[in-house]
Amino acid sequence: MDAILIQILNGLDKGGAYALIALGLTLTFGTLGVVNFAHGALFMLGAFCAVLFQKILTISKKVKDESITFFDAYKEQPYLEIWWGDTGTAIIDYSVPLSILFAIPVMLLIGVIMERGLIKHFYKREHADQILVTFGLAIVIQEIIRHFFGANPIPTPAPDIVAGSAAVGSFFGLNENLVYPWWRLIYLAFSLVIIAAVFIFLKFTTFGMVVRAGMADRETVELLGINVQRRFTIVFGIATVVAGLAGVMYAPILPPDYHMGMDFLVLSFVVVVVGGMGSLGGAVAAGFLLGILQSFASMNEIKAIFPGIDQIIIYLVAVVILLIRPRGLMGREGVFED
Amino acid sequence: MLIFSAVVLSAPIWLDPLGANYPDLLQKFAIFGIFAVGYNILFGLTGYLSFGHATFLGIGSYTAVWSFKLLTMNIVPAVILAMIVSGVFALVIGFLSLRRSGIYFSILTLAFAQMAYSLAYSVLTPITNGETGLQLSQQDPRVLDSMAGIVATEGLPSTNLFGTLIKSQDGYFGFYVAAVMLIIAFYVSLKIFRSPFGMKLRAIKSNQTRMKYTGFNTRPYLLTAFVISGMYAGLAGGLLASIDPLAGAERMQWTASGEVVLMTILGGVGTLIGPMLGAIIIKYFENIFSALNTNELHKIFDFMPEGLENFMVTVVTPFVGEGWHLTLGAVFMIVVIFLPGGIMQGLRQLFGFIMRIFGMGRSSTPAVDAVSKGEA
Repeated sequence: MDAILIQILNGLDKGGAYALIALGLTLTFGTLGVVNFAHGALFMLGAFCAVLFQKILTISKKVKDESITFFDAYKEQPYLEIWWGDTGTAIIDYSVPLSILFAIPVMLLIGVIMERGLIKHFYKREHADQILVTFGLAIVIQEIIRHFFGANPIPTPAPDIVAGSAAVGSFFGLNENLVYPWWRLIYLAFSLVIIAAVFIFLKFTTFGMVVRAGMADRETVELLGINVQRRFTIVFGIATVVAGLAGVMYAPILPPDYHMGMDFLVLSFVVVVVGGMGSLGGAVAAGFLLGILQSFASMNEIKAIFPGIDQIIIYLVAVVILLIRPRGLMGREGVFED
Repeated sequence: MLIFSAVVLSAPIWLDPLGANYPDLLQKFAIFGIFAVGYNILFGLTGYLSFGHATFLGIGSYTAVWSFKLLTMNIVPAVILAMIVSGVFALVIGFLSLRRSGIYFSILTLAFAQMAYSLAYSVLTPITNGETGLQLSQQDPRVLDSMAGIVATEGLPSTNLFGTLIKSQDGYFGFYVAAVMLIIAFYVSLKIFRSPFGMKLRAIKSNQTRMKYTGFNTRPYLLTAFVISGMYAGLAGGLLASIDPLAGAERMQWTASGEVVLMTILGGVGTLIGPMLGAIIIKYFENIFSALNTNELHKIFDFMPEGLENFMVTVVTPFVGEGWHLTLGAVFMIVVIFLPGGIMQGLRQLFGFIMRIFGMGRSSTPAVDAVSKGEA
């Protein structure tokens, strides 16, 4: 029982990341009709927003180390600590959550520039062309990041207060020793909040209503005199922000490196396809489902029966689902078919 | 065809001024040329974008190395076996993946490729030797070789073609083997392009629904094309292993599949010679660019004034050496955006332009039209 609970929790936080990326991908498909292979790179850019923000906060000055008295020793001390003392230290400690504030405008800007500068010209082209050009873009972004930040993963710790583990066992009245890292719980909650926010935005605002109408029948909405294009551009920006935030918050779980985006992209595409192209609910459900399945498959008991299953489970599920249900779990007819 | 053979076989001579005249690189040109030509049969003719073709390359390599270990160091059985085995895999994967089209097909092939890659790394270690990669050893049985009375000498045995070592003194023998294979492969693909079968594949690309309405079962044709291009990839993998008898899982990674897509697109999808050009260009520049470093750059821009020289070096540095992929990605984007027909389209437009200047050509450029028909 304990083991199962832990595996579900393990799966949920990974599933949260998959779901967030897949949500953004689906939004892009649904609105602009563009297959965006650079979405994983946006996730990676988000994670590097956290890294960059941390770097900015910890710009340091060499000062004399007072604790060593018998010779002149110097240490690096961040300006923030020098200026604001303990407050500065606390700000540095909270760099990851704070970098959300930094990431939102940055990612929004990147998204809008990308849409206006590149994606716009690819609405009418074949899907193969869209895949290829965004794939090229992903390589470019990835290499630029590598040029500036190097090839090694950069550790980006979570705030000290949530660095430990939560005794989730006692929440559910189970074994006291059942613990789980706080940050992963926060990530799960965070992804749920973001997903809920996107859904509420689309369901209950006028803007969202227009977007949904545009997704269903763009021509009619345009005939009503509404500028669908501008709204879709904003939606693309939102998708970018969602991917970026998923990346920011994932940084403490997995130290960011330049190719993390590609790794996640392949999986998220599988998630989108399993969920059903163009279905937002399907993308979220499939994200969590595949995350949980993946963590169950990595249990030792299961690995003993099917060796290597943890490596391939997602793809295996994808193949099976696509062959049984051609449109994925919740796909609608006529979306991305020729 | 004769011209093509002559050009390929004389490659060591005309590539000499470009600094590409050494066997390793030439072999790579030929092998990746085969890979791209094969990939083009699927993607160029039917329009099905497979993101998992490197799997077959990897399978071909593994098969060939096993053939070296178990049967003989002669490359003929190795290459044939590599083609057969990867053909079988292509049959299975193609049968399943081709049930869907469009992006679903791409994702399915990608999923299969990732499965193969992860399995080769983890569970199949007895067959693939995991991360280290499959290698030869002196204790391998090599049944056929020992029957023929060839005993293992000191050190590792090397691959041969009926007694002639692939890695001969000057190293060109390996290239000629690969080049002959390339010519055969090219000839076969030429025949496919001009056959009724190739016509049907192109019809599937332009309008599959209409094909089906005319009472045509398209799937067997698609599957045949998939298997053929899988076998081409297997052949390329087998040759790679013949030149350097080790096989690793990284050949199957999806970035490797992406690379062959890049080659095909860069050269020109659906044209005969384009993909091969793409393969050569990518491998050539990979070789040149990844070798450059800051000092070399300073030498290149030596003729400029001091300040400008330093500026140029700073600008160019991110694009060479480690950053070669950046160049690749950028070039690739530019090609997809401005020249969807690849280099072949560019050449055609150029020729059309020149013709018009001299008043010899027709009034409109037939470039795009001809490219989409694949008449290269």
